[in-house]
Amino acid sequence: MDAKTAFFYLFALVLLVSAFRVVTARNPVHAVLNLILAFSQAAAIWLLLKAEFLAIALVLVYLGAVMVLFLFVVMMLDIRIDALRQGFWKHFPLAAFIGVLIVFEMGMVLMGGFSSIDEAKAIPAMVLNAAGQPEPYSNTKELGRLLYTEYLYPVEIAATILLVAMIAAIALTLRKRKDSKAISPSEQIRVRSTDRVRLVKVAATRAPQVEAQGTGDAGAPAQETKA
Amino acid sequence: MTLTLGHFLTLGAMLFAIAVIGIFLNRRNLIVLLMAIELMLLAVNMIFVAFSHYLGDMHGQVFVFFILTVAAAESAIGLAILVLLFRNKSSINAEDLNTLKG
Repeated sequence: MDAKTAFFYLFALVLLVSAFRVVTARNPVHAVLNLILAFSQAAAIWLLLKAEFLAIALVLVYLGAVMVLFLFVVMMLDIRIDALRQGFWKHFPLAAFIGVLIVFEMGMVLMGGFSSIDEAKAIPAMVLNAAGQPEPYSNTKELGRLLYTEYLYPVEIAATILLVAMIAAIALTLRKRKDSKAISPSEQIRVRSTDRVRLVKVAATRAPQVEAQGTGDAGAPAQETKA
Repeated sequence: MTLTLGHFLTLGAMLFAIAVIGIFLNRRNLIVLLMAIELMLLAVNMIFVAFSHYLGDMHGQVFVFFILTVAAAESAIGLAILVLLFRNKSSINAEDLNTLKG
């Protein structure tokens, strides 16, 4: 068993254990942290498969952005776990049966169809660049060349999808604070004097020796006309 | 013993099965449901990368790139909906979502 195989078994073991912990963890924060571990192990396995760009993109985009988003949301919500865990293990036999069935079926189909491939196709050490000169093979360069030539329109559609997702996420969660004291310039400009000053007709008061009536709304911001 | 395509395919299948088991176990917890979906996408991506390596075809990795893009968009919108749901119902229990009487 060479070092590569040993590393594969190590990464695969940690990946499967942490994936199982994700779905069985009692605390959602632990689930997210286990998911981060699982994704990092997957990135390591992709490095074994010589897909460097995707491995690094997985770490940067997934661990750096998406998982932190998950972590923020999980920590922001105040979740009562007991109600969610009710009858948690009740369906485990059925779930385990279906899981084993899936592994069995996928194993049958994938191993049956592709068992003849046990040697990776050799990647050329040197490739010709656009100018016809030899240069060392680079996974990132090769992927970039495909993305920006053959897959140019799909890349643009993907960019649009990301933009739509960003706008949708912001629009969904945006809300106005009810206790906000922020000023609105357009309302300030549009205001008229009648909106702010109220003229109130008040009946003339009697002579002072008579018992004084209530002085009316002294606190109100109103201009009172004296008779 | 050297690594074959079967090793990676089996790993992908097991990861997918664990995610399916997770969906069964966490029928009520929406956050863990989203995480199980992420695990499923990871399993699919693993199989794509394995095939891309063993067949010497870069197009598989391009596909993984697009799956990552869509998965990121999906989780962003999913979490936004989750936050909105929690704000309105104070719960993320999937069984509380019965307003439509479906």
